[in-house]
Amino acid sequence: MSGPDTIQPPLARARKAIVRAIVASAQPIAEPLVAIFLALVVGAVGITVFSGLLAGHSNFDIGLPAAAYLALLGGVASPNGITSTLNYSTPLILAGLGVGLGFKAGLFNIGGRGQFLFGTVGAMAVATTVGASQSSYITVPLALLAGAAFGAAAGFIPGFLKATSGAHEVVTTIMLNYVFVFVTYWAISGPLSLPNAHQPITADVTARNAALPIIFGDVQHPAYAGILLALAAVPIIWVLLYRTTLGFEIRSAGANPDAARYGGMKTNRLIVLTMSIAGLMSGLAGATTLMGVVQQIAPGYDTTVGFDAITVALLGRSNPVGILFSGLLLGAMRAGSQTMQVQAGVPAELVDALQAIILVFLVVNALRRWLDRRAAKRGSTPSVDAGAAQAAEGVA
Amino acid sequence: MTEDAAGATAPALEMRGITKRYPGVVANDHIDLDVCRGEIHALLGENGAGKTTLMNVLYGLARPDEGRILLDGRQIQIAGPSDAIARGISMVHQHFMLIPVLSVAENVILGAETMSNAVFVDRHEASKRIASLAARFGFDLDPDAKVGSLSVGQQQRVEILKALYRDARILVLDEPTAVLTPNETEEIFALLRRLAADGRSIVFISHKLYEVLAVADRITVIRRGRVIGERKPGETTEEELAELMVGREVELTVDRGESHIGEPVLRVEGLRVADDRHHEVVPGATFEIRAGEILGVAGVAGNGQDELVQALIGLRRCIGGKVTLMGRDVTGLSPRRLNEAGVGYVPGDRHRFGLILAFPVYDNLILTSYYRPPFAHGPIRNDSAILESAAAQIERFDIRTPSARVLTSTLSGGNQQKVVVAREFDREVKLLILDQPTRGLDVGSIEFIHRQIIAKRDAGTAVLLVSAELDEVMEMSDRIVVMYRGRMVAERDGRTADKSEVGLLMATGGQEGAATQKEAWA
Repeated sequence: MSGPDTIQPPLARARKAIVRAIVASAQPIAEPLVAIFLALVVGAVGITVFSGLLAGHSNFDIGLPAAAYLALLGGVASPNGITSTLNYSTPLILAGLGVGLGFKAGLFNIGGRGQFLFGTVGAMAVATTVGASQSSYITVPLALLAGAAFGAAAGFIPGFLKATSGAHEVVTTIMLNYVFVFVTYWAISGPLSLPNAHQPITADVTARNAALPIIFGDVQHPAYAGILLALAAVPIIWVLLYRTTLGFEIRSAGANPDAARYGGMKTNRLIVLTMSIAGLMSGLAGATTLMGVVQQIAPGYDTTVGFDAITVALLGRSNPVGILFSGLLLGAMRAGSQTMQVQAGVPAELVDALQAIILVFLVVNALRRWLDRRAAKRGSTPSVDAGAAQAAEGVA
Repeated sequence: MTEDAAGATAPALEMRGITKRYPGVVANDHIDLDVCRGEIHALLGENGAGKTTLMNVLYGLARPDEGRILLDGRQIQIAGPSDAIARGISMVHQHFMLIPVLSVAENVILGAETMSNAVFVDRHEASKRIASLAARFGFDLDPDAKVGSLSVGQQQRVEILKALYRDARILVLDEPTAVLTPNETEEIFALLRRLAADGRSIVFISHKLYEVLAVADRITVIRRGRVIGERKPGETTEEELAELMVGREVELTVDRGESHIGEPVLRVEGLRVADDRHHEVVPGATFEIRAGEILGVAGVAGNGQDELVQALIGLRRCIGGKVTLMGRDVTGLSPRRLNEAGVGYVPGDRHRFGLILAFPVYDNLILTSYYRPPFAHGPIRNDSAILESAAAQIERFDIRTPSARVLTSTLSGGNQQKVVVAREFDREVKLLILDQPTRGLDVGSIEFIHRQIIAKRDAGTAVLLVSAELDEVMEMSDRIVVMYRGRMVAERDGRTADKSEVGLLMATGGQEGAATQKEAWA
């Protein structure tokens, strides 16, 4: 410690300050970018390790990761890739906004799967009942509304349980996922099934005037109007969060529920409302998927959107704009995965692995931040349960 | 302990030119500190002055950018806490590092076990050493008692015993009295004097003036990371120390002026409140506060004050009794209805109830009024009105922040508290409930907040002041009630009350002897 003074010249200090300012302003997006980059690196290592296995010989193919990633990019950049990116991204953005809203309120909604499926049932129910008797100008909005309403109902339940009994939403949403999976199974094989089909299957939404319009692309590679809904939802959720009193309440309840309660906010009501909105968004994701790419469903229909939306929300740091970009990114990865499989021979499931690795890095970092905060809190807060006065006799 | 030639004359500890920079701040700027053998050396400074950083350097938790540390005249490098302990430097933190389910003896030997062989701890030998240490320094501790059953003051003595067990020659105590009752403070001071008489050196960190004057042999004052001065208690005054500490003249006593007491504002009759475990911790409180009057509630923390306050602001359900505000029954109203009825509240735990640290300052300033015009038009926030009002409050309440958009977590404790005070004071309030309004704040902020309280009182507001700082209660209140185990056991006139009597009432509830004191902590 007795070394010479390390006094820096002013120029070096200014440079340091500028670097710090840049780092500080880039920080919110730096973390997701680093997570993506690291996931690509780990993915590349994985591809190399298994390259021999994939090609049926024992040599490592060092060039394979680059080839795979280039094929993935090429797949996205093709006209077909663009439309399918938009189609894949639609439910990810919608459900991701819902999960992100939950995060802002301090709620961890893992029920996206069930809410998505129940939303699908709602939309299909409209298609089946109102269906062909009305023009698509009536059926489509009605089906979307029903999807949103069913999703909201599915989200309302865990919110209500938490508000009234304190049951943790992580537990209840996971359990309810099973409930809705089987409710959906029953609905498809029962009331929503075509009456004279050999096996239970629903009607085709196109036949029931409930298909989303195609905004561009040909019939083989259409981009459905659902993406417009997702794009519109981004500013709506943003305004809700940052420009309304309800958004202020949601963010307050998430950041410090005790202070929110003292501020006169009805935190229980907020929990129910937020979970319902989150469910609504997942329900819309289900409805747009059904009315877009899926069209017709059979028993066993399921989704990973509910879980992917968690990655989307974390990668977007719960910010609606961030969620838009992370939803597009994960959608693009899915869209390019088939091309990658065909051209580079790397299984399309690599995309799932990449997504999972991104999630791991994000969660690890979130955990680290949480621990830092806790440590800082311990160090700096004056003893909360400090007691006792200092009587005169003690010091005289 | 062997002493070489240098060690015989040199101070036990010297810190020379210690400099520690963190991004954007110089926490320690060439600080010199020396502590002699057998000396109690007080390190006095406001929060954030750099006391803790300096001690972290000493304890090996932070590496200084510049400077040297000498122990008995020999330069040393401290690699970390275990190295510091091995060199005879021990620290007693504000937050105890004890394991409640283990006994006193087990806690003391933890990490420095005397082994009878490779596997088993020699409990017998350990007990013997602990007993002899305790006897030598007059510790009143049962080595077999579970730490969790001890009072806070006793736990602190366990921490000190731990340090002595490790042969600490230099003992650092970080704000040791913050958690103690008056009696316990007196006991710890006596213990520190015995340790000093035994030739040990003590560094006593504090921001309380009268304490350092009472216990220290020498006082080093630091401000903004620099040593501002060194004084001996006999040659200085509280006023001078405060000025050194803050950098300007400070009013230490509140100029409370005349009170003009009017009609009753708050009337509480037989209010009963239970804690989270459904124990009735306030078994029937009855009192009244009038307009322009400050009612001080004195009491050791944990005697039902928190629950009483929470009930009065609507955060906790009352299980019985009646609360009347300006003649209107407000029992059991929600926090918002009470707020609208004219109740302002400064919570004791500002980080938990008062502020959302992750939000910018302007959001915290509207935490209770965000839904009302001009801050909202229907469901839409009016950010320009919010920012405008925030700028005015920052100005008026002297909140030191670069802007209203800064995150509240980046403000100092004093400025955070000013945000709460601005929000609660800057409107028409009939009743102000202040729970530890100046806890953990520096002298300058305390002065400011006290003045604001007096100004509110003069405007005709009724004030309920709950504080564990007896001095604060004594200086501010028109009337003082002592709360002991949920009951208001005594009432005194605020201007004529005898401090030592009130202190005794706090500790014993008016009963003879302090036998029940321990239970009050449970």
